[in-house]
Amino acid sequence: MKLHVDQNPELATITPEGEVDLNVSRDFQLALRQTIDQKPSKLVVDLSQVPYMDSSGVATLVDALQQARKIGSELVICGMQPKVLSIFEITRLNDVFKIVKTLDEARLA
Amino acid sequence: MEEQAKKPVVQLVLPAEPPHIRVEMFSQPRYLSGARDLVSAVARRFGFDEGACGQIALAVDEALCNIIRHGYDRRADGKIWIMVWPIQDSSAGAGCCGDCCSSAADPLFPGDAAASRSDEPGLAECEPTGILIAIEDEAKQVDPSLIKSRDLEDIRPGGLGVFIIQSVMDAVAYQHRDTGGMRLLMAKRTDPEAARKERLEHPDLELSEPSSGSSSSEPSSGPDGSPGHTSGAHPTQERP
Repeated sequence: MKLHVDQNPELATITPEGEVDLNVSRDFQLALRQTIDQKPSKLVVDLSQVPYMDSSGVATLVDALQQARKIGSELVICGMQPKVLSIFEITRLNDVFKIVKTLDEARLA
Repeated sequence: MEEQAKKPVVQLVLPAEPPHIRVEMFSQPRYLSGARDLVSAVARRFGFDEGACGQIALAVDEALCNIIRHGYDRRADGKIWIMVWPIQDSSAGAGCCGDCCSSAADPLFPGDAAASRSDEPGLAECEPTGILIAIEDEAKQVDPSLIKSRDLEDIRPGGLGVFIIQSVMDAVAYQHRDTGGMRLLMAKRTDPEAARKERLEHPDLELSEPSSGSSSSEPSSGPDGSPGHTSGAHPTQERP
């Protein structure tokens, strides 16, 4: 998995590329925490390049959501592929996260 | 919890027949991707549509993650075995011919699989009606009754694996292995209508084929050769 991070203080963006499973979820978590530590107003997680995610990746995003809420930052997820959206639906976390289709929508959300 | 409530209470037992596939891997997360790809490809051949293949691969992934994280505490040298059997629907007319494969009797529709087998070996084609997967380890044993999915209302990281497995598979059972470690048995039936619809919508996708495999009728010796795997009569641990 590759991680592309844009730590803009107003609108930070994290774009993982590749499958997010237990093998890489720690790297994903580290990147999310480091970005949230910069206290951006909004953090967009662009999952358009993630074809698969297991519960370790979902847990990482739940952790990030909680950290973001603590500092008053908004976390938005965009670009979910069907398999990834499926795991959010199974765990009913699709109602917990703010999920939009495109990066543009996420920026405006 | 609605999906789980619909699922029948069934007994899952380790089949006496040898698995069609047996893979041994170390408890290292870097092998998760390969395990997912293997199981997904096999499920495809058993007649599952793409969505179901993804669900089965996800269940295997979650099971392996639980073993790596909680069973072996992230030790990298623990052994894990993945075993796969096609399920033959003993309640349907097209049962296993008895010679072409060594499929597991349908655990979701318990019955005498032999009764549905053809008297003319080799004439019937063994189209699987489901998949049975066993995942075994030598990690610490836990009381199967304590393995439960957590309340989803409690929004927190972690603990979702068991819920996901129970959600996407039709039947799940955790057992102690006689020789130490744990066994997870999980089964899922194919949805022929979904597969047919998918083939019509995506004719370029590869069609599933009937399974073939060993004709041996000898009982499995298990991944470690332990006699405990030969009985096929392990007690069932029902899951909520």
